Amino acid sequence: MLTCADIVKLVTDYLEGRLTPTERRRFEGHIAICPPCRGFLDQMRTTVEVVGGLREEDVPPEMEEHLLTAFRDWSRDE
Amino acid sequence: MERDEEQLLAELRKGDEEAFCALVRRHTPSMTRVAMAFVSRRAVAEEVVQETWLNVVRSLDSFEARSSLRTWIYTILGNCARRRAEQEQRLVPLSEIAAAEASGDELGVSRDRFFERGRWAGMWSTAVSRWEDLPENRIVSRELRTTLLEAIDALPRTQRAVITLRDIEGWSPEEVCEYLGLANGNQRILLHRARAAARSAIERYLEEGTD
Repeated sequence: MLTCADIVKLVTDYLEGRLTPTERRRFEGHIAICPPCRGFLDQMRTTVEVVGGLREEDVPPEMEEHLLTAFRDWSRDE
Repeated sequence: MERDEEQLLAELRKGDEEAFCALVRRHTPSMTRVAMAFVSRRAVAEEVVQETWLNVVRSLDSFEARSSLRTWIYTILGNCARRRAEQEQRLVPLSEIAAAEASGDELGVSRDRFFERGRWAGMWSTAVSRWEDLPENRIVSRELRTTLLEAIDALPRTQRAVITLRDIEGWSPEEVCEYLGLANGNQRILLHRARAAARSAIERYLEEGTD
């Protein structure tokens, strides 16, 4: 029988589809009867979604200025 | 190469400054986090990213589009970063750093949260909350974004690179392993630890909010 701590340890392998069929059955068997672990699995799924939305659009202004100048020079030379 | 990308490339070759700035803004933050896996210091990583973009500009005409634009840019980034690490005599193979970061028996959640012994050993001893305060569409507040990005920036360098490429940029595990030179098992351990740290950061944020 897997413990809750085992579920925590295996959760990424589970989400990545890397558990063997036996491990997967045991994992899902535990989840089915353990509300806190179901909550934890939900939290991990949510974390992946939230991190997936973290893309930034931030560039240090001096860097952007410098690169734009280089780009301008390059396209002028073309 | 995708159609969008073909169009973007054509715009760049025509000297479209808006297209260039959009491309730079789109990729620079993640490129900086990834470069920090090789050179560790943020200031050096920013220089590496800048050098990468200059190389991209100079090579736009010779880019043959055999790979995607993104793959090509990241290949140049990896080359610049390795060269820079070498110059500073800091070139330790990433696989070695990754193996060290992936070692040890870390759960990803504090062991205090489980019963240590007895009949319930290994079972949760603390509540696992439902994150009902998070919006359904997962567009989170600016404050939580900042908190999470800080948590990612605080991660050990290969964990930071792995979560950036996998979860922020959406690369496949195979692409990440090949790019960073990692064994698949280690890649998953690093991803697990990084995601677990992100989960803890969200949890702390939501708990503080309810005080």
